[in-house]
Amino acid sequence: MGAANADKYKSDGTAAGGLLEWVDARFPLLSLWNDHLAKYYAPKNFNFWYYFGSLAMLVLGLQIITGIFLTMHYKPDASLNASGIPAAFASVEYIMRDVPWGWLIRYMHSTGASLFFIIIYLHMFRGMLYGSYRKPRELIWIFGVLIFLMLMAEAFLGYLLPWGQLSYWGAQVIVNMFTAIPVIGPDFALLLRGDYVVSDATLNRFFALHVVAIPLALIGLVAAHIMALHEVGSNNPDGIEIKKKKGPDGIPLDGIPFHPYYSVKDLVGVVVFLMVFAIVIFFMPEGGGYFLEYNNFFPADPLVTPSHIAPLWYFSPYYSILRANTVNFFWIDAKLWGVIFMGLGVMIFFFLPWLDRSPVKSIRYRGPLFKGALVIFVASFLILGVLGTLPATPGLTMIAQICSILYFAFFLLMPIYTSLDKCQPEPERVTG
Amino acid sequence: MKKLFLVLLTATLLVPWLAQAAATDVRLDKAPDLSRNMAALQNGAKVFVNYCLNCHSASYYRYNRLTDIGLTEGQIKDNLLFTADKIGEPMTIAMRRAEAKEWFGVAPPDLTLIARARTSKAGSGADWLYTYLRSYHRDDSRPTGWNNLVFPNVGMPHVLWELQGEQVLGPDHKLVLAKPGTMQPAEFDTMVADLVGFLNYIGEPMANFRKELGVIVLIFLFVLFIFSYALKREYWKDIH
Repeated sequence: MGAANADKYKSDGTAAGGLLEWVDARFPLLSLWNDHLAKYYAPKNFNFWYYFGSLAMLVLGLQIITGIFLTMHYKPDASLNASGIPAAFASVEYIMRDVPWGWLIRYMHSTGASLFFIIIYLHMFRGMLYGSYRKPRELIWIFGVLIFLMLMAEAFLGYLLPWGQLSYWGAQVIVNMFTAIPVIGPDFALLLRGDYVVSDATLNRFFALHVVAIPLALIGLVAAHIMALHEVGSNNPDGIEIKKKKGPDGIPLDGIPFHPYYSVKDLVGVVVFLMVFAIVIFFMPEGGGYFLEYNNFFPADPLVTPSHIAPLWYFSPYYSILRANTVNFFWIDAKLWGVIFMGLGVMIFFFLPWLDRSPVKSIRYRGPLFKGALVIFVASFLILGVLGTLPATPGLTMIAQICSILYFAFFLLMPIYTSLDKCQPEPERVTG
Repeated sequence: MKKLFLVLLTATLLVPWLAQAAATDVRLDKAPDLSRNMAALQNGAKVFVNYCLNCHSASYYRYNRLTDIGLTEGQIKDNLLFTADKIGEPMTIAMRRAEAKEWFGVAPPDLTLIARARTSKAGSGADWLYTYLRSYHRDDSRPTGWNNLVFPNVGMPHVLWELQGEQVLGPDHKLVLAKPGTMQPAEFDTMVADLVGFLNYIGEPMANFRKELGVIVLIFLFVLFIFSYALKREYWKDIH
């Protein structure tokens, strides 16, 4: 094909044609542009929930760019300076005070991390509302869950880098969790830390993973996610396939080119998002102690354990599930059950495409059983999230146990209630 | 669909109630907001340099940054530059940490970020500091002879006792001024407020600028929103 194009254009390395022609004879620029933007036909009825995909891409880009600038000044070094402050912690304050616009870059990065999770959670919820994980989009969903997993790893690794009290003790708690895994657990935790406690070695390897390894994996997975999406086409709030109704030109009747229609529409979403982003960065950069935890303004001190170690808010639903396991059961330690259920809590999303047996995809045409189940699921997820930030008491632990059961019941009972549900017929064409 | 979101909204509103139920009960006095009161911040800087900067460093804060709060480099050099030779140097101290630990049981922490670190659900870090510095009382069971209501068994003695006087713990667990100091109580509170205002300021020296810039950025984004929305409307007018 490349050779054919080179013959077609006059501009085969000469100045006779346009630069675009010259490039296109050597690189599939126009076909990439057309396949993914100008001639990618998306359903015309996207609503509010469809902004979060492009916003997630935007935030990934922002995190990478701000991350590059932070890396220029940050020092992954746990040794103490003359004032008794770890060099890593001091270098973050150096960025905040002495690097021109460093405070803005740092707040963008720290706020971006939290907003990334809000966007991803809303993006996943969109998929559940409209059945975007159903055939033929199972692989898009699987790539998406992998992105979610990588994002969790990225956030966990990055949170150690400021080397504050919660950075240190949070990493200590989470790495220790892995020791519960039989046989390989203790050695795996040792490998992760590079030491018997969280130390300078841990900081350096977390830095390497946070800055190089996980971002590379994320970019690759995002590319796969979008390629798979553009292969099968986007779902929409009606959950019907627009490719089934094509015009004489072979273009879906309910499809419109992504560019310019959705590029200009997403631009509005981007501006609204940037307003929210700016409100946090400029007026509440700590996010009420949830985006930057107050205790993390104390430098890491291996000798002083904080009275209450809570993970970052975006892990708190899973941390709650971990803590809800308080019973030794089947000769297995409660701690190991906690790790198992926490892992399952995330992994179970992989199976969603096969657990759902409903004849329709979208919530608009689903029956009361699925709607009720989704409400209970989201409510338990939110309650688990709040509980994860609080110290455990017997009463709260019981609430966490009930919510954990409801969380898993949503998935495990899905084959039953989705096949029993009374669904309405799907429309032939998309509705408003 | 509408009903679904109504239920979700109710569930979400229930969540903060759960959080409220678990909140701790510590009463802190409200520190006055002095972030734009230059005279108070300058006085706070003077108190900090005279009373705190012997044992506590503020090692992320440079002396020349005091020009932010309206001081000239000459004023800083003549009146405040005690622990460094050059005005571009940070506020460090000469005391060695190992020795400090031997003397006080714990090395006095760096205070640059103390106001941010002490923030909690009970109040801002400034509130905590303002209450803490006014809550010292006599306690003969402690090696220093002092204890504190906000920070029980604190390592630091009451450095400002000559100014405040001596408080004792009354029978109802309230603080009573047993021996007056060189300052009237109201005068002392104002001085502590100035000091706390300064500590709050060095925690994030760019905070005022950050908020001012935020207003400009939001105005810009609002204008951009109007144009981007108009652009979207124009492109989408043929899509039905």
